[in-house]
Amino acid sequence: MLIEREGLQVIDTDRPPAEPARLVDDFTPELVDVGTHGLCPGCGEPIAVRAAVEAIAELGLTQRTIAVFGIGCYTAFSNNLDVEVLQALHGRAPSLATGVKRARPDTAVITVQGDGDMVNEGLQEVLHTAARGESVTCVMLNNGVFGETGGHLTATTVLGQRTKNTLDGRDAREHGYPILLADLIAQLEGAAYVARCSVNDAGHVARTKRHLTRALETQMQGAGFSFVEILTMCPTGWFIDTLEAPAYLESTVAAVHIPGVVKDVLASRG
Amino acid sequence: MSRRLLEGSEAVAEAMVAAGCRFFAGYPMTPFTEVLEHLARLLPEYGGVCINAESELEAVGMAWGAAATGTRAATGSTGQGLSLMQESLAELGNARVPLVVLNMARAQGDYFQATRGGGHGDYRMPVLAPQDAGEAVELVQTAFELADQWRMPVLVFGDYYLAHTAQSVDVPAAGPAPAAPDWALDGGTGGSGRAKLISPLGSEKRRDDVGYDLQEHYRACATRVEEMAAGVEPQAEVVDADDADVIVMAWGTPARYIRAAVRELQAGGARVGFVRPITLFPFPSATVAAAAAGARLVLVYENNQGQMIDDVRLALEGRVPVKFIGGLSLDHSGFGIAPDLEVTTMRKRIEEAMC
Amino acid sequence: MSTLTRGTVVIDVEACKGCDLCIDACPPRVLVMTKEHVNTRGYRYPMLLPGCTGCKACAQICPDFVFQVYKYETPQEIG
Repeated sequence: MLIEREGLQVIDTDRPPAEPARLVDDFTPELVDVGTHGLCPGCGEPIAVRAAVEAIAELGLTQRTIAVFGIGCYTAFSNNLDVEVLQALHGRAPSLATGVKRARPDTAVITVQGDGDMVNEGLQEVLHTAARGESVTCVMLNNGVFGETGGHLTATTVLGQRTKNTLDGRDAREHGYPILLADLIAQLEGAAYVARCSVNDAGHVARTKRHLTRALETQMQGAGFSFVEILTMCPTGWFIDTLEAPAYLESTVAAVHIPGVVKDVLASRG
Repeated sequence: MSRRLLEGSEAVAEAMVAAGCRFFAGYPMTPFTEVLEHLARLLPEYGGVCINAESELEAVGMAWGAAATGTRAATGSTGQGLSLMQESLAELGNARVPLVVLNMARAQGDYFQATRGGGHGDYRMPVLAPQDAGEAVELVQTAFELADQWRMPVLVFGDYYLAHTAQSVDVPAAGPAPAAPDWALDGGTGGSGRAKLISPLGSEKRRDDVGYDLQEHYRACATRVEEMAAGVEPQAEVVDADDADVIVMAWGTPARYIRAAVRELQAGGARVGFVRPITLFPFPSATVAAAAAGARLVLVYENNQGQMIDDVRLALEGRVPVKFIGGLSLDHSGFGIAPDLEVTTMRKRIEEAMC
Repeated sequence: MSTLTRGTVVIDVEACKGCDLCIDACPPRVLVMTKEHVNTRGYRYPMLLPGCTGCKACAQICPDFVFQVYKYETPQEIG
């Protein structure tokens, strides 16, 4: 099973093992139709989308889920997920999700939106949906840039963060301060579950999936609005090497948008 | 069927429910607010949902979401509120989502917004302009049928006068809401390998890394708009055009005053005819051209600075001169009923223009 | 000298975009990027040394769904 490549003795990884072994993780989650996609090398968004569809499948919600997508790089996934998808306009996913859930209360409704989509264009939509306590789960993929249009800053970009128009780091005097959306939403009584996590290492990815699972459980129990903010890497938008992005996320983004469970009313009810 | 004395707003609300509408979202704005109030009361009685959205943007979004599940859905506002909805209205046809949209307008200055669209791109939608509450009840039913048939928004154009005038109307009894069509979302095709997609960017999941093909998609959308423009029967009311020397045109609630003025002139011996477009899109161009074929002059009344008159000129292709006898006529509130809606005033205006 | 190996992976070389995230994510550090070999899209890709534990951290962190992870029924001595 060992072959030589570039002077090293490496395992032949072109084929499954000949020795008895069990598959513990397949290439793509069963709900993603395509293996290759056009997102940048090192992008955190596919990791987050993977965690979301795995959570949906593991909860047995595959045939009850309607995913409402915003507009951003991740919109590429609206086209190749094997769950029902309703594509919204930039910022508008929460209102569409509201309409879907009110018309079909038995479905599991989840939005997938970037920070530019949700906190810039669509801030009022997500706040109103949370305040109303709609039984939907809004998911924000937060990298602090408008990825699809070239990497400019958004309302969540943290002070000192590098983006296309803040190459020396966001400066409050020029661009003001970031909005910490998870903390804002947690203050609304209609919000039942609010959590923040990241995908910059395998342990964090596992935790992200747990938060998504918990959010969907909150929805299906009719407890109110659930929100998961997932900090993702954007080496392209941050103008750094893919290998540096996980550490940059940790030291820059996660230092301000602090990961953790911000609110969980079902847990506090015991 | 029950015949009752109802304000236009209530008649429209009842007509929507009778037509199977089970979802409505709206934001209060004069003179649309009462429609929202009536639907808030009516829809829960039929197992439907009515939401006071926090903005017009969110209202049209909620209606879009509900419509995507195959629920007969509607939204509405007045012209200013519809301005806020334009991006969504422009994209609903691309997404192939049916939706009935109500404009309870202030005067008639929203004709361009309705027929040309205040949104971006090459979309169009059917536009129906009732003259009173009775016709509004019929056209609301037509609107839902057209929306389902063509899978795009359909606009019903009312106004303050219609909303706040009580009339004896026949409202059909509400039947069951229609079943959800095949394309509608309910989560059920998840995991099948063919999970459904409703998107303004494309109709099919591509399962490759190319993603949406917008060139192909927008061409298909444009083709569907052309098919709709050719496939929807234009409607107009024509009175005594065959023998007419002069044709007078108007639409919506002011048309009743113009028609009455035309009748008075006829009684005095004038050879005057009357044409009232009912579908503003597709515009009844052939009907207008035929009605004016023997006339020497066409007069157009509208409560605006001249908008439908463009479509009249396009229909006539320069063969008959067209004069504008309308103009902005508002009460002090700016909301509502035109002071010049008075048969004598209208008759004098027509007479002066005929010389 | 052989290394106790509990798991292994199958690597979809063509899917890889050479982002290097798996290298750091692997706890036993048994993934190493090629230096000269590239796939048909021009990206370098990971190679697996003996010592994999089948923890699937690589699969979880990979944005391009490159890895298929196996755990041996019986740990292997490799190398």
